[in-house]
Amino acid sequence: MFQKKYSRSEKEPQENATSSLPDIVFMLLFFFMVATVMKENEPLVKISPPEASESKKLEDRSLVRHIFIGPPQNRVLGDQPRLQLNDAFASINDVRPYIEEQRPQMPEVLQEKMIVSLKVDQATQMQMVTDVKQELKKASARKINYASTPGNDRP
Amino acid sequence: MIMKRRRKTPTIAAGSMADIAFLLLVFFLVTTTVDTELGLMRLLPFGEDSGVVHERNVLEVLVNADNELLVEDQKITIEELRQLAKTFIQNAEDRADLPLRVEKDIPLLGPIMVSKQVISLQNHGRTSYKTYVAVQNELAAAYHELRDDLSKRYFNQSYDALVSSKAKAKVAAIRAVYPQRISEAEPYTQ
Repeated sequence: MFQKKYSRSEKEPQENATSSLPDIVFMLLFFFMVATVMKENEPLVKISPPEASESKKLEDRSLVRHIFIGPPQNRVLGDQPRLQLNDAFASINDVRPYIEEQRPQMPEVLQEKMIVSLKVDQATQMQMVTDVKQELKKASARKINYASTPGNDRP
Repeated sequence: MIMKRRRKTPTIAAGSMADIAFLLLVFFLVTTTVDTELGLMRLLPFGEDSGVVHERNVLEVLVNADNELLVEDQKITIEELRQLAKTFIQNAEDRADLPLRVEKDIPLLGPIMVSKQVISLQNHGRTSYKTYVAVQNELAAAYHELRDDLSKRYFNQSYDALVSSKAKAKVAAIRAVYPQRISEAEPYTQ
């Protein structure tokens, strides 16, 4: 009896049932489609945001434009903090043109509501942030956001 | 002969496939963090602010180049700032050196004392961003705690609950009592 069973399974190759594979793949696909947010800019600078327990979520992403400040990812460029707009390094004088270029891309009614999110590395000195703030003021982009991570000291 | 062999072909039980798929789904749901925008929202002041503010109404907070915190020229630690700011904003004891309070009739709350507080935050060029944000956070937390207290007193609900339940009139009433006035002054150089 045992002998017979053994020999039978030897003879016939096993086939995996693959009928549910498409379901699984689709499920994963849908999940990633829903959960993935497209990254708009590839960061060229390293940013570890400071902690702030009062951090609030920005409701509407379409209103947000980013300015990155931090040490370059590429070590060759040194470790002094640099400014990044869009996908390239920029100087402080580029901030105003950047805002003025971004503004017409938004619907007119929302242009006033533009939020500039400053993604700044926590080790940066304030001088650079202040300069950027002055430029934003001149470009009359007054709504700003200091990007931060929620700490865990909130009771 | 062929027919017979085909009927015998063993198959793997596929009933558990759904479970595996769900496990995977749950795993990804738990591990994936969607990149949400978080931060402290602030409104920059207009170019030159010419408004004259009485000295008693202003709390001067200064972060110097060594990341030390000076409030009204007194050196304090960052942990003390929240309580100090709360005392300043409220001026519950009507002290003469703290902001002037006037009675205001606010819808839903009735007549209530509102102080004319402004917090002026100044920094040095060499102040670290980390400290600056930490100070901003403490000030925001002071306002938040006061609003929370008021909300619990009048509406028996936390302020966060009010905001998330979209009770706009109530939120506006509470904000009118404790408006967040953090002025980011021009940095000093010396």
